[in-house]
Amino acid sequence: MTAAHPSAAHATVLELQGVHKLFGDNHVLRGVDLEIASHEVVVVIGASGSGKSTLMRTINLIERFDDGRILLSGDDITDPAVDVDKVRARIGVVFQHFNLFPHMRVIDNVTLAARKVHGIAPDVARDRAIGLLETFGLGDKVRDYPDRLSGGQQQRVAIVRAIMTDPELLLLDEITSALDPMLVGEVLDLVRDLKNQGSTILMATHEMSFARSVADRIVFMHGGRPLETGTPEQIFDAPREPETREFLARITHR
Amino acid sequence: MTDRTAAWQPSALELDRRLHRRRASRRSVLIALVSTVAFAAIAGWLVVTSPNWEAVRQTFFNVEIAAESFPRILEGLWLNIRVLFFATIVVAIVGTLLAVMRSLRGPVFFPVRALATGYTDLFRGLPVLIVLYLVGFGIPGLNPEVRIPVAVLGTIAISLCYSAYVAEVLRAGMEAVHPSQRVAARSLGLSHAKTLRLVVIPQALRKVVPALMNDFVSMQKDVGLISVLGAVDAIRQAQIVQATTYNFTPYVVAGLLFVALSFPMIRLTDHVSARMATREQTGGTV
Ligand SMILES: Nc1ncnc2c1ncn2[C@@H]1O[C@H](COP(=O)(O)OP(=O)(O)OP(=O)(O)O)[C@@H](O)[C@H]1O
Ligand SMILES: [Mg+2]
Repeated sequence: MTAAHPSAAHATVLELQGVHKLFGDNHVLRGVDLEIASHEVVVVIGASGSGKSTLMRTINLIERFDDGRILLSGDDITDPAVDVDKVRARIGVVFQHFNLFPHMRVIDNVTLAARKVHGIAPDVARDRAIGLLETFGLGDKVRDYPDRLSGGQQQRVAIVRAIMTDPELLLLDEITSALDPMLVGEVLDLVRDLKNQGSTILMATHEMSFARSVADRIVFMHGGRPLETGTPEQIFDAPREPETREFLARITHR
Repeated sequence: MTDRTAAWQPSALELDRRLHRRRASRRSVLIALVSTVAFAAIAGWLVVTSPNWEAVRQTFFNVEIAAESFPRILEGLWLNIRVLFFATIVVAIVGTLLAVMRSLRGPVFFPVRALATGYTDLFRGLPVLIVLYLVGFGIPGLNPEVRIPVAVLGTIAISLCYSAYVAEVLRAGMEAVHPSQRVAARSLGLSHAKTLRLVVIPQALRKVVPALMNDFVSMQKDVGLISVLGAVDAIRQAQIVQATTYNFTPYVVAGLLFVALSFPMIRLTDHVSARMATREQTGGTV
């Protein structure tokens, strides 16, 4: 699957410039600068509370932020005149807790945005959804309700829902942390498939081995900004910053 | 069925357990039956042997008058049913609108929210009878030239009250839908209105179906109150017969008809509630 780029001239899919976010007095994001190129997989790591989720929600414009600019394929999406629904439709999001709609069958969950936001004909959306669900081993779950699925299956449906409309950017926020180890693998395999198909992904995870194997670039969040950025080898094998070293030591020696 | 389940035979232990369970349930049915019959017999005997039973029977349970008044009361009930029909439609629309208005966030919508809140607070507190008088005699008083049928005025009054109740039930249901559902919907690019219509309201409705059906049953009998405006409904017809015969049997007939009208809905409510309860017990809901 290759993402449809309205402004394909831009090799940079996402660009954050000095983004700040405060919750009351809690200064969570302190001037975040970040760039993600097309087809790049960037993994954000960092301690709990370091602002990974906040960063994702800010990019998706679910959270109002306090300063800075965010560009999506060159378009300033933080311009007050921008239609936020249009922006969100260009970004696929999967959260930690599967937010499938319990009153809709898998097929309706997956095709909802295609039908109601992108105006794709129902039968076209349906065919595409069934194709995707089959590709990811969910072919026999098409007509089930989410509560009849295992956690891993639910999360894979959530991912299929997010990629249904060829988003320019996929935001995956700790999509495996609510799953038991048996189910983590099947979800991560799906993410690996997406990477191979050329999706542009920003993901937060505590699965360090997965981060190492799938990431083009690792971003270590500390003190409200990306403290250290580099290839998985640089970050995991030769971290420059003492904070990075300390974090990795803590997380790997559990 | 697979071969493995076909081959399985319950063990002696399980068979014994089942026998025990069957015996226990037979015993409890028997106890319930005997106690019900005994209670009914005692209550019936107390009523029938009371000194004035014969007079009361003549005034409230006169078979001839019941048979005589039945057709016209039934005809009156038809008016109640029509009023109920239109009121239900109005209540569904207005109740939903009010609930949505109350759910709007942000300072821009403060006036809308305040208006809806004020409305629901007012009409939930006002007795239906008083609203009927205000609407039924107030609105025609504004312009005596225009004649509005009393049944229409009654429908308006009932709708005003029940819209407030239903709005409150729906709002509670909408608040019970987890916020992450809204976030998920908005993340897909759905607008606020589409999020409400496609994600929040359908889930809210599921949560409050028993409460809504309860309100419907309650409305079913409150449509009988329109008789105070002079609408010739079941109760008014009963009153007309009562005025000429000095016998209250027609009221009993009307009452029984209202019970019969609500009965299917009451059973359905029980059924739906029970089904939802079992669904929740198996952990089937998210
Ligand atoms: N809605 C909110 N209101 C107030 N404070 C919030 C809110 N959401 C997050 N925070 C605060 O922002 C900080 C960053 O939270 P965030 O959820 O982004 O962390 P995280 O890096 O995703 O952590 P984790 O690894 O545990 O998911 C925390 O201090 C948290 O308390
Ligand atoms: Mg988080």
